[in-house]
This record gives sequence, C-alpha cells and structure tokens, in this order.
Amino acid sequence: MPLLDDPVARPVPAAPPPRPRRTGRIPVALLLPAALGLLFLVLPLVGLLVRAPWTTLPQRLTEPGVLTALRLSLQTATLATLLCLLLGVPLAWLLARVDFPGRRVVRALVTVPLVLPPVVGGVALLLVFGRRGLLGGWLDSTFGITLPFTTTGVVLAEAFVAMPFLIIAVEGALRGADTRYEEAAATLGANRWTTFTHVTLPLVAPGIAAGAVLCWARALGEFGATITFAGNFPGRTQTMPIAVYLALETDLEAAIVLSLILLTVSVAILASLRDRWITSP
Amino acid sequence: MTAPIVTRDEPVAGTPMLDARLVVDRGAFRLDLALRISAGEVVALLGPNGAGKTTALRTLAGLTPLHDGYVTLDGQDLDRPDLSRWTATERRPIGVVFQDYLLFPHLTALDNVAFGPRRHGLDRQRARAVASDWLGRMGLAEHARRKPRQLSGGQAQRVALARALAVNPALLLLDEPLAALDARTRLDTRAQLQRHLAAHPGATLLVTHDPLDALVLADRLVIVEQGRVVQEGDAATITAQPRTDYVARLVGLNLHRGRADGHTVRVNADFSLTSGDRHDGEVFVAYPPSAVALYPRRPDGSPRNVWPATITGIQRHGDNLRVQLGGPIDVVADITPAAAAHLHLGAGQPLWAAVKATETRVYPAAPGGSHPE
Repeated sequence: MPLLDDPVARPVPAAPPPRPRRTGRIPVALLLPAALGLLFLVLPLVGLLVRAPWTTLPQRLTEPGVLTALRLSLQTATLATLLCLLLGVPLAWLLARVDFPGRRVVRALVTVPLVLPPVVGGVALLLVFGRRGLLGGWLDSTFGITLPFTTTGVVLAEAFVAMPFLIIAVEGALRGADTRYEEAAATLGANRWTTFTHVTLPLVAPGIAAGAVLCWARALGEFGATITFAGNFPGRTQTMPIAVYLALETDLEAAIVLSLILLTVSVAILASLRDRWITSP
Repeated sequence: MTAPIVTRDEPVAGTPMLDARLVVDRGAFRLDLALRISAGEVVALLGPNGAGKTTALRTLAGLTPLHDGYVTLDGQDLDRPDLSRWTATERRPIGVVFQDYLLFPHLTALDNVAFGPRRHGLDRQRARAVASDWLGRMGLAEHARRKPRQLSGGQAQRVALARALAVNPALLLLDEPLAALDARTRLDTRAQLQRHLAAHPGATLLVTHDPLDALVLADRLVIVEQGRVVQEGDAATITAQPRTDYVARLVGLNLHRGRADGHTVRVNADFSLTSGDRHDGEVFVAYPPSAVALYPRRPDGSPRNVWPATITGIQRHGDNLRVQLGGPIDVVADITPAAAAHLHLGAGQPLWAAVKATETRVYPAAPGGSHPE
C-alpha cells in the first residue's frame, strides 16, 4: 500500500556474504557407483568398436542387404512417429485438458504398451489385425487390406510400442504449460480448435519435439513386436534390429557392422535434434 | 461466428452497457455483487486480496460460470443460469488485460494485437493493419516486430491493452493492470492508461487493490470485501465518508461506528466521542490522523475528547510519524518528529490522546445506495 512510504526505517540490505563454494571432496560412496554405472553403459559400446572388422568395413557397408534394412528402418520409424504424432498429440491433449469420466483408466491404458513385453504386443496385434483377427478378417474381406507381415505392419508394430513415449512427454508438456494463455486466446475470440493450433501447440512445441525424438528412437530399435507381427522378410519387414539378430546366428562380423550402423545413425540423429530442440529454453 | 469489427450503435440512454449480478458459491466463500456500468464509464472494483475481485472479472469474461444472477451486456444475456443461457468466452464482446498480460510468447507484438481481429473474421493483412494502428496509438510502432520477452514491462502492458482494445470490446476488463510494474514505470503507464480508458467508448471495469489506481483511473469506485459490495460512489464521496475500516485505511482516516445522541456518539460500551454536528441514530465518525494530538499528561483546556492511550506501533509517514494507539478505541495519529522527541515516544508508553470535536466528521451509517453489513 503506498500510504506508508518509509525510506528511512527500511533496513538497508547488506551486501550478501560470498557464497561458500562446495570445495569438499566428493564422497566415495557416490563417486564409485557413478563411475561403475558409466562404465556399464559405455563398455558394451566400446566392445562394439573394438571388435568391429574395420578392414572389411567399406565392403560390408555396401552390401545390398545392409542398405535395404537401414532404409526400411528409417522409413518405418519415421512413419510410425508421424502416426504417433497424428494420434498421440490429440490423445495427450484430451488427457491433459478435458476432465472426462474414466480419465485415470484411459491414462493407465495408454501406458500399458510401455510395460508390456513387445513380443506380447506383437501377439496382441496379430489377434486383432491378423487374417483371422477381430478386425483383420473384416479389413481383408471388405477392403482387401492385409496388415501382418507387410511394411505397414512394421509401422503399426513400431507405433504401438512407441506411442506411449510420445503421449507421456506431450501430456507432461501440456500440463506444464500455462493454461491462462488459452484463456487469453478465448477472450480474443479464439475457439478451442484455433486456440489449440495457434496457442497451445506453439507453446508446447519443444515438449512435442522431445516426445517425437523419444518415440522415433524407440521405433527405430523396435524388435519384439515387429518380428512377431510383421515377420522377417528382407526388403519388406526386415528392419535393422531384426537383421542384427539374424546375422548374429550366422556371421558375427556382419552383426557387429549392422549394430555399428544402427548406433551411429541413432546417435547422430538424436544429437542433432537434441541441439536443435530439446536444449532450447 | 462473431460479427466482424463494427462500430456499435449508441446505447439507449439510461440503460447501462453492463448490468450484472454475480453470484459464485464456493462453500466457504460466496461472491454476490451487483454491477452496472454505462457506456464510456470506468468503474474500479477495489478491495483487499481475496475479496473476490478477480472471480467477479472471470465471471464477466465467461472464464468462471455464475451459480446465480445474470450478466447482461449491451442488451444480451451472456450468462443466466436460471434460464440456462450461456455465451462462451470466445463469443463475448469483451477485451481482457490480464494481470501479467499473458502476451503469447511465440508471436510478435504486432501478431499479438492482430490475434483478436483475425479471430473476428478479418484477413491477415487487414488484421495486421488494425494491429499496427493500435500499436501506433500506444506509441509502440517501432516495437511491432519484437517478441514479448524483448519488451519492457510498460511496453508489454501497452501491447496487452492494445490487444484487448483491438476487437472494439463492449466491455473492457482490466485485472490489476499496473501491479506488475515498478513504481516509476507505473506512474507513466497510469497516465497513459487513463487517456486510453477515457477514449474507450464501451464500458470498462478495472480490478485493483491499489486505491491510487482506482482514484486516478475510475469514474466510480465499487469497494468489495468478502465477496460483497461495502461501498460505492465517486472518489470524493468515498474519500470523505468511508464506511468500513478497510476503506478508512485506504483513504487514511480514523473511522468509528457508533450511536449518536445529539453531540455525543457512543462508540462502544465504555467510550463516547463528542462531535461538532448534531446527529441521531447509527452514524460513522471519521477524522484524519493529523487531528489526533498526543500529550504526556492529561491536557487542560479546550479539547472535549480526551482519553488515555498506549503506543502499539510507530512508522514514518512522509515527513511525519504515524503512531498507532491502543486504548478505549484504536486510532492512528500523525505527529511531527519534533513533537515525538518532546514526548519520548516508545512502544507501550502511556499517553493522552485528544481530538477536537470540530475536527470530527459524522455521517449516517445507513444512507441509500450503500449496503452496510
């Protein structure tokens, strides 16, 4: 209240004492497990690099099967991410903004694929979209669409496993966003759809990007659901992880090369996106 | 969809632009207040924190639904629970300046202001032309391409005002529009705000807890405490005749309620004040802190109102000291530092306080137009 203006009696703030720097030694009880943890995460990657057949690498890289699997992996992971964005962002918005009965149940259901073993997810997909599945039969007889053991099937399997990552990230971003901006948009005449596209989406764009990156990485590495639902047809459903697994049985060096490629591609893409999106303020 | 921006017809004389009775029941807290604002009029809703001011504003904006009552703006029922009438926020002809402005951080100042006109049906180019015009009026033409985080507090406030006004609202709502500014910026911004509010043809409701904002910006003050209107009127009436302790503190007066019998006003069971004028019945007695004189011993001579008091607090107040006194009645007194030195003031010290009868102002406690509780 400006009625009492009191410049004299107000205590003059003393200069703050210099903040004591934490110069004490780092406790061994924390340092040791931390170092072990780092080692545990990095050592297998080092193993890959050490055992890589560097001399024959150029030849192996140009083998047609390798590039086909890589291209298929990148294509399906990207398509799966787009599918997840298309369906997952609206679902995340619903969970974050609309108070409907059974919201907690829906939220729990959304996270089920996260804890489900991917192979089980593949089986479940087969039971629904398989030729004799709940929807698969109808899709086949009505539209002639077959999903299992096709490239589309790969995309579906990857999206099924990866979508929860996107939904959880986007819902978190939406909950963290200040809903008063949406109220301000409403007072300016924006309906809920316009508010969503013109205000909400730009505000949570970094969260959506982070979710999409996580989702894409998960889709790229997907193995269990894919091999169960889509099988292993080179050029059609044989993605990199499946190629690695199969190569392991016959040709260890080929498996190492494929693993190296997968590692390089995912690290490169994640790093570039991370700089661009995730660390932005 | 809402009609494009058009000039509204002049309202019929005598009917207020806004006519509302706002009832929101939250169990422990109940808001129940009536508001009428004419076109071109600026009304300040003034009250302490938690009085329900912001809730009232939100009901008018359609961000909080009414439980009872009605909101009629420009002849249309926007919210009327008993008739199940409801107009969503985005269809109300309103503009809101929020407390911390809520400028969209991803849009430039220009696009923030153009947002409303665009939603009201203008194409991008025309909406930007309208926005550019408004920014020019606010003296912000050269800041049009800046993002909100590149604007100072005062500039952001003006962009927020331009954004709210750019849709030609029938009702402009401002929620503590100056609270986020530092003291110096506030002075300039308040003067500009006054100019823009005076030019606004629609009704304006200003929510504030700062009496200075209310007195400078508003034509009429409505004072709310605990969800109820406790006093309303123009600035002169309210500053001269406060009706609650809160209002008295705002305008810097001592205030007592009592029962008058001629020149005597019984304030409580043990204490009466003598007044200059004759009155009967329930009255208020008001007098400024400067009218209270302090003495180390019981004074002889003229003052009729003399009582023993103890000091409960001392603060600087301008060039003087403001002394809080306990005793048969709680009052504040303003004394000069010289007088203070003479009295050897200290907390808990007994003194004698005196007020001349001619310095008191006595007025009836229940006149028409106010709602004493």
